[in-house]
Amino acid sequence: MRWRIFSIAAGLVLFIGLLAFGDNYVLRLATTVAMYATLAVAWNIVGGFSGYPSFATAAFFGLGAYAGGLASSAGVPVVAAWIGAGLFTAIFATALGFAILHLRGHYFAIGSLVVADVLREVTNSWTSLTGGGMGLNVPLLGGSSSSQAQLFLVAMSVVAVAAVLVSIWIDRARLGVALRCIEQNEDAAQVIGVDTRRAKVTGFALSSLFIGIAGAIYASWVSYIDPSDVYDVSLSVKPIIMALLGGVGTIAGPVIGAFVFLGLEELIWRNSLEFHAGFLGLLVVALVLFLPSGLGALRGRGVWSSLVGIVRRAPR
Amino acid sequence: MLWIQVLVNGLALGGLYACIAAGFSLVWGVLNIINILHGSLIVLGGYLAFFAHQSFGVSPFLFAPVAGAILFVLGYVIQRIAINPVMGRPVLMTLVLTFGLNLFLDNAMLAGFKADYRKINLNPPLGVFEFGDIILPIDRVYATAVGLALVIALGLLLRFTQLGRAIVAVRMDRDAASLMGIDVKRTYAIAFALGTFMAGSAGALLAAIFPISPVSSGGYLGKAFVICVLGGLGSIPGVVAGGFALGVIESFGALFIGPENALTISFLLLLVLLVVRPTGLLGRKGFN
Repeated sequence: MRWRIFSIAAGLVLFIGLLAFGDNYVLRLATTVAMYATLAVAWNIVGGFSGYPSFATAAFFGLGAYAGGLASSAGVPVVAAWIGAGLFTAIFATALGFAILHLRGHYFAIGSLVVADVLREVTNSWTSLTGGGMGLNVPLLGGSSSSQAQLFLVAMSVVAVAAVLVSIWIDRARLGVALRCIEQNEDAAQVIGVDTRRAKVTGFALSSLFIGIAGAIYASWVSYIDPSDVYDVSLSVKPIIMALLGGVGTIAGPVIGAFVFLGLEELIWRNSLEFHAGFLGLLVVALVLFLPSGLGALRGRGVWSSLVGIVRRAPR
Repeated sequence: MLWIQVLVNGLALGGLYACIAAGFSLVWGVLNIINILHGSLIVLGGYLAFFAHQSFGVSPFLFAPVAGAILFVLGYVIQRIAINPVMGRPVLMTLVLTFGLNLFLDNAMLAGFKADYRKINLNPPLGVFEFGDIILPIDRVYATAVGLALVIALGLLLRFTQLGRAIVAVRMDRDAASLMGIDVKRTYAIAFALGTFMAGSAGALLAAIFPISPVSSGGYLGKAFVICVLGGLGSIPGVVAGGFALGVIESFGALFIGPENALTISFLLLLVLLVVRPTGLLGRKGFN
């Protein structure tokens, strides 16, 4: 408990320090980490707690980005636009959940994967509303560039913290028990009286709420979005990688994974502009092959013995 | 008359579409892995055919099995090194793994071949058949015929050879197959390699008709998804039915809603089918 209070306090100090002294580059990194953490924590509600391999994150992100961008273009105050976009995404996710959450395994994965493709193509074709492939300019907020950067960091962090709090709550509530039962054995969960459909759809909708809000904030933050950017399939996969890094189904795992992932991503970007996606791919392959249960598997071991352990587990 | 023409356009792509999806369906059915890499392997096969035609003047229709054979070796190695260790893991792991492999291959092709579209220009051009008002481009007929022939050959291989029977046995019950003396790991690797063989051949055939580029891999993967779900997972007749169905659906979709929406229609169809009939139009049969 003391540990926890200490780490929260340290996080707060760090956060305030960032706000006070961080330059634009550092603020951008911090905002990205908050966004990644939001996506990973939100994905974890479905993918971790209930074990449903959801690849719909990009769909929710893009939908939230467009809903928020269009709302703020229409003159809705920006915070209301963000929250509205989240609610809109959650309503969409509820309907989608009733349609595809009865699928299992590979079928659910593919079903959730193509949703982003459908939405991207619809957005591309619906030029009168969305601007189509030309993209959408989202109104800039007033103020200097540094005060804007601070604002977006605060907004994204608030969403990230809210996502963590909600996932702590779910973990302790009946919903969390239901989701974990589904993860272990869905048929048995049904037999003992868990309303599996309701639990799954609720988890799906809550998860999409945060992803949608993050998308909407992102739209205001970068002030220009286009369909291939916000519906990019890598937005579905990156949160999964983060959760895998930190530990799927845990509370802190996805957050830790988001930090580690951003660090790795920056490292790759700095060293290779042209081949960064390829290196990211190799990283993903290495992660799945050598560290399938995440960085937690290395805990309590020295650096050297961990490395030896990884190599020993190498497939032959 | 227009309707017949549209129907013919769709059917003329059906065999090729079956060829696109056959390998994907085999890998999914036997290894229980969604191979995200499939679309990029198709593109790689297309580039092999392009360079073979450019350097040696080999017809892509004849080159298709050769492209397949090259990718067979590649697929065998990939399965042995990267995919074998995750056999039997949850879908999340296997899907993320093949996604990572796909990122790598895509990026490598983008760096090696650049993103601009390239096209094989057959010399002399093959021209068209004309039946009254109906026009049928000959290159599509060849591509669909070769594609269909390869799919049927795969079906016969699974049905009548010892290797094929071993693959089917492993699909049905891995442990029992192992007890009967089948080398399960090797069978998995060969099944995966057969999947990449089909991808490579399909790519060579596609390159004979359409421009190729590394960025089109996602579209081919999407088609493979749709065909598998349309026809039902894991059966050769299902893949053929799904291929022709998708060809016709895209063709009519292009007529009524516009060609730019063809892929959207097939994805929407995929979602609807998943919701109402996840076992496909023919029902679940499997490679038996």
